[in-house]
Amino acid sequence: MRITCPLCGERDRREFYYKGAALERPAAEADLDAWHAHVHLRENPAGELEELWYHEMGCNSWLRVTRDTATHEITDVVLAADAGLGGAR
Amino acid sequence: MRFSGWRVLKEGLTGNKGWAPHWRDPEPKREYDVVIIGGGGHGLATAYYLAAEHGITNVAVLEKGYLGGGNVGRNTTIVRANYYLPGNSEFYSHSLKLWESLEQELNYNAMMSQRGIINLFHNDGQRDAAVRRGNAIVNQGDDAELLDREAVRRLAPFLNFDNNRFPIMGGLMQRRAGTARHDAVAWGFARGADMRGVDLIQNCEVTGIDVENGKVTGVQTARGPIKAKKVALAAAGRSSQVAAMAGLTLPIESHVLQAFVSEGLKPLIDHVITFAEGHLYISQSDKGGLVFGSYLDFYASYAARGNLPMVEHTMETCVAMVPAVSKARLLRSWGGIMDMTPDGSPIIDHSPIEGLYLNCGWCYGGFKATPGSGNVYAHLIATDRPHGAAEKLKLDRFCSGVGLMDEEGTGAQHNLH
Amino acid sequence: MRIAGKGLAPEAKSVSFTFNGRHLMGQEGDTLASALLANGVHLVGRSFKYHRPRGILTAGSEEPNALVTLGHGPQQDPNQRATTQELFEGLEARSQNCWPSVEHDVMALNNLAAPFFGAGFYYKTFMWPAAFWEKLYEPMIRRAAGLGALSGEADTDAYEKAYGFCDLLVIGSGPAGLMAALTAGRAGADVIMCEEDCRLGGRLLAEDEEIDGKPAHLWVAEAEAELEAMENVRLMRRTSVTGAYDQGTYAALERVSHHLPRSHSLKGSHLPRECFWRIAAKRTVLAAGAIERPVAFRNNDRPGIMMAGAVRAYLNRWGVAPGERMTLFANNDDAHRTAHDLVKSGVHLAAVIDSRHDAPESDLYPVIKGAQVCNSGGGKQLESITVRSVRGEEKIQTDCLAMSGGWNPSVHLTCHLNARPAWRRDILGFVPEAGAVPGLRAAGACNGSFSTAGALREGAEAALAALNDLGLAAATQELPQAEDAEYRIAPLWAVPGKGRAWLDFQNDVTVKDVKQAAVENFRSVEHMKRYTTQGMATDQGKNSNVAALAVLADANGRTIPETGTTTFRPPFTPMAIGAMGAGAADEGFKPQRFLTSHEAGEARGAHQLEVGLWYRAAYFPKPGETNWRQSCDREVMYVRNAVGICDVSTLGKIDIQGADAGKFLDFVYTNGFSKLKVGKTRYGLMLREDGFIMDDGTTARLGEHHYVMTTTTAAAGQVMAHLEFVSQALRPEWDVRFTSVTEQWAQFAVAGPKSRELLNGLLDEKIDSESWPFMGCGEISVMGIKGRLFRISFSGEEAYELALPAGYGDSLYRLLVERAEALGGGAYGMEALNVLRIEKGFITHAEINGTVTAFDLGMQGLMSKKKDFIGKAMATRPGLLGEERMQLIGLKPVGAVKELSAGAHLFNPEDPVERIYDQGYVTSAGFSPLMGHMIALGFLKDGQNRIGDQIRLVDHMRGLDVQCEVCEPVFYDTEGERARG
Repeated sequence: MRITCPLCGERDRREFYYKGAALERPAAEADLDAWHAHVHLRENPAGELEELWYHEMGCNSWLRVTRDTATHEITDVVLAADAGLGGAR
Repeated sequence: MRFSGWRVLKEGLTGNKGWAPHWRDPEPKREYDVVIIGGGGHGLATAYYLAAEHGITNVAVLEKGYLGGGNVGRNTTIVRANYYLPGNSEFYSHSLKLWESLEQELNYNAMMSQRGIINLFHNDGQRDAAVRRGNAIVNQGDDAELLDREAVRRLAPFLNFDNNRFPIMGGLMQRRAGTARHDAVAWGFARGADMRGVDLIQNCEVTGIDVENGKVTGVQTARGPIKAKKVALAAAGRSSQVAAMAGLTLPIESHVLQAFVSEGLKPLIDHVITFAEGHLYISQSDKGGLVFGSYLDFYASYAARGNLPMVEHTMETCVAMVPAVSKARLLRSWGGIMDMTPDGSPIIDHSPIEGLYLNCGWCYGGFKATPGSGNVYAHLIATDRPHGAAEKLKLDRFCSGVGLMDEEGTGAQHNLH
Repeated sequence: MRIAGKGLAPEAKSVSFTFNGRHLMGQEGDTLASALLANGVHLVGRSFKYHRPRGILTAGSEEPNALVTLGHGPQQDPNQRATTQELFEGLEARSQNCWPSVEHDVMALNNLAAPFFGAGFYYKTFMWPAAFWEKLYEPMIRRAAGLGALSGEADTDAYEKAYGFCDLLVIGSGPAGLMAALTAGRAGADVIMCEEDCRLGGRLLAEDEEIDGKPAHLWVAEAEAELEAMENVRLMRRTSVTGAYDQGTYAALERVSHHLPRSHSLKGSHLPRECFWRIAAKRTVLAAGAIERPVAFRNNDRPGIMMAGAVRAYLNRWGVAPGERMTLFANNDDAHRTAHDLVKSGVHLAAVIDSRHDAPESDLYPVIKGAQVCNSGGGKQLESITVRSVRGEEKIQTDCLAMSGGWNPSVHLTCHLNARPAWRRDILGFVPEAGAVPGLRAAGACNGSFSTAGALREGAEAALAALNDLGLAAATQELPQAEDAEYRIAPLWAVPGKGRAWLDFQNDVTVKDVKQAAVENFRSVEHMKRYTTQGMATDQGKNSNVAALAVLADANGRTIPETGTTTFRPPFTPMAIGAMGAGAADEGFKPQRFLTSHEAGEARGAHQLEVGLWYRAAYFPKPGETNWRQSCDREVMYVRNAVGICDVSTLGKIDIQGADAGKFLDFVYTNGFSKLKVGKTRYGLMLREDGFIMDDGTTARLGEHHYVMTTTTAAAGQVMAHLEFVSQALRPEWDVRFTSVTEQWAQFAVAGPKSRELLNGLLDEKIDSESWPFMGCGEISVMGIKGRLFRISFSGEEAYELALPAGYGDSLYRLLVERAEALGGGAYGMEALNVLRIEKGFITHAEINGTVTAFDLGMQGLMSKKKDFIGKAMATRPGLLGEERMQLIGLKPVGAVKELSAGAHLFNPEDPVERIYDQGYVTSAGFSPLMGHMIALGFLKDGQNRIGDQIRLVDHMRGLDVQCEVCEPVFYDTEGERARG
């Protein structure tokens, strides 16, 4: 598997660390259900999924990668910084 | 038809003309007491125990493809009960006990081979963790013993003891653990369930779950609607998709775990051996193939196939720890889809929908759980109360944090177990 | 038998070799198989289950029968295909899976018991009594099963790994592959061409035909020369592409020195045995050719029965006729080329048996049309065949039958990403679907185009399409002229009749087995495969799958496409674990990280411990000390009484800078850091988002916008990734940056009542308790070298950590130890460090094992109520607090107890030792020389409310069952006076 880092170009999967679904962090005061959903529950689609990868052995960028979990086709990669995952403060 | 050595002899002498189907291929009926979604190991075992232990035989197992086509047919065949956290301990202990009498009960030789498992450790910290685990196993009533380096050497002299990046310090041995012929487990349960009247329906994908007023009423399938008083999910690998048909979101992420088999070789490895460093597990099948695997590929996937980094990691661990297998040739690699839960342990529980039951989240542990899972799940479906060995396999433990079974201590991040 | 003047190298030099101890002669360019056939040797091995005599079936890597063992001792190499093993001077090969010899194999008795050994027989027996499985049945089965044997010794061969990158990967170098490589190479694309064989050319080496009016092998030589001359083309011979993976990644195995005497590949010599390649290709042309399939008929497995295309290859390429009185059995026109070539070469061809009534006739040989071979005769070598036709049955004497059931396109790689091939009725074979592997196009025989002209055309077209994708222009070129015969075939999978007709030769799966599987309702193709083991031999079903499928389809009353296929998985051909694991043997498995003090420690006789990738000194034995405990006790007392030196550089160090650094730390730690004064250090607790503890450590504020965080050794990488995640993904608007500086600083603990005295003899400016109060930090200098000093303690004594740039680590360490010794102290290692921290109840990852909460440690006070932080919301869940949880406690022995042990479990004295009564467990234990007994830390249910209680400690693994007293997890200086000095 190869991932195209927006800063470094196409690199082998082994340069990257995987975190999982890219989800917006709930607000601090959100209720337990919201936090439970954020930490544990997953849509887990057999298809396109937005997920977080870390270019650990490259530029140290966290990336949001859009990848098909059935075919492994990658259709989009952006910096996680631009993905708006921080949630309400 | 009862299987036996005499039967094999008799058939052999009369041209093998008397063999009969191991199970029927019935048309689905319009209604069942229980519909089980998924004809893998767990679904078939559940059907068997519903019929055999609870007398519930008006049961259909609906399988999208062929019986035993999921993870029961694509694993590394290891059977063990060496967990250390409450919940897992009693459940896998229960399962191992069922394994020990399974073949006689099913009249089907699943080649359960109690050849023993050795979990190797390489430093003080790993040894202390192994001791904690071993003590927990004994406290549960199962067997475990600590082997020192020389004791390991006597059992497996071909390991790399002397020139290893992580020298072997010793091992935790469970002698009652071992391997089984994975397909045969599914077939044995299928035959046992079929003989007791359960309908095993292949090529029958479930396309919808009917829920009225918070209560399940049946399923939609590729072969038409089927009514059911109770619907039991046993579709690990596809749990999220099936649950979504009932509007449920599960604490599950699907990952690919690769497994490997070598060409056939004369016997070398007599036990199941696992390594804490590099996470390798290896055994040798009765046919002579080395069967081995390592970590997940570490990305969400439904592809049932993996990529090279984990292939190479697995081979590297082999070469480092078991250099005598370096010249064995890899014959085939494949992937299974793992239902990974946040704590790495399974769920057997009621769902929030009345009459809909959950059996999912098997992570790495599905194969060894097969009889146990079917047994306690059948109990839950039949009595609506959890079996004593499965009281902690609850869905709500994630929300409450009560009774989490995080054996690896890696926490809620799905891909770390 | 070698035919004078025949073959591609009729004048080749002689080569001597041995087979089963027999000295034989072959010639350069031979495979072991061609050399054996030249010597008239047909019996090479024994089958898996029935131990039937087996000969050479094919001329390629798909060979199921002729598997041999080469080499001895650590170089013993089982299951090598005689058909691909190149001959070299002195090669020694021997048959396997037979005893005492391949000629007289005792296990051949199995063949007599065949009626009882049908498909799946073992599922129906061997069940009584249960214990006999492990004691009797399984050992018996295991001994009988398996092919060759490993030596049991560590492999002494060298292996390598490499990466390749290209615009176009061409897999196979037959007409399609060569044309693709020429087209792309001429257009300037970076091309890698992989060929499994030692020579380019594919089937063109095996055929007697012309391209552009010249012998095909000469056309190949010209193409090869042109490609060799291109700098943008890399030709990789002896290289099998074994797997297709995501985004154009391919695995390939180069057999670097299999064709050389064994000494060439030993570790330390100049060549590896094999090199494992990872190739990233923008586009790929698959030109893998096709594999001929056998026809199932009674006793079709006898040595001397071979594939027709293989016979042609042995004849045309190696000048070897595998028989003196040949026959041929086929259902397609292509096989008639074998008959033609044999007769042209002067080999006697007794008959051609063609199942088709409209088979082509010939002036050169008799053709029996509409006929089938229904049996073979002979022992370990074919002597006759029985032919059934409208004339009835007749026996024909023959020592070699060439057979062909048609050709299967080599679609294997196109299935590796889960695509299923499509059935083509006209060629009775599966072909790849377009797009089966993104970026890959199939061309030539693997795409179902069996003529040479078709292959050349498709190879060029596939390359042009790839060039178009890549934006490269190609000059117009003319295709070479070649044969363009139509491929005519009629279905013939299994000849009806009694007896056993083999489908899967190696695994001994017959037509009967497949039919029996269908009767027993193993009618899905996957069930049939798993029940009969068809397709699970070393050829992965390359020879047998389609015919087995056809037999199953027939038994089920369905068509082949309705029946479906099993799938092909990587690798295409089996490959050594050693090659894919290259570099990891021995100490190469993982990097080794050494401290700057490593050499100095070694000089003091340090015993090393592995801590993750690091090596750390465990203890430093002195003369007269007979066990590690004596050394450890002495080192502990250095710190308690004088001053000890310990290298603590393995702890992760992360430099954190930026205007929002303080705010950021408030967010990742449970406690506050933004209000920490410059020049001070604070202990911090870090949670995962699920509320459990991730890591702990101290963070020092060196400036208004500058902090240095320390992490535990084990979690350094994880914490770095976490900080980057929180910063980039969750708080990208904050101004904060991180740099790992773990390896930039050598950091040493200077611990003990004389630590300040030591430092004041060393630092350029003296320190006192006012300038460096407890938890103080700042810049210092040693002999003009700028460094950092932190007054932190992991031992409970007054202690400092002194950090200088890593380049000074070695000399600083030596200096510190020397001065410590002068003050009555010295170096201490991990064992002493562990005792010191247990005495103080300081935790490590033995305690924060991933399942522990701040509540468990009694640290809930560190969870700020005023601010949001990672893990805050989930840490308040009911399951993470309360008396059901186990809490950190200390344990002391009661009475005469000598031992406490980590990993032991805790029970109330009155309870049975069973899981349901389990109260907790011991995380760390050590002997305290101060107290004169063992002490331990552990987790106990509701532990904080049970201080002073008696508890039973049980360690079955070590045979320990003792009484302890629960105490606070601080054994020494409970008020912390000593550290504050």
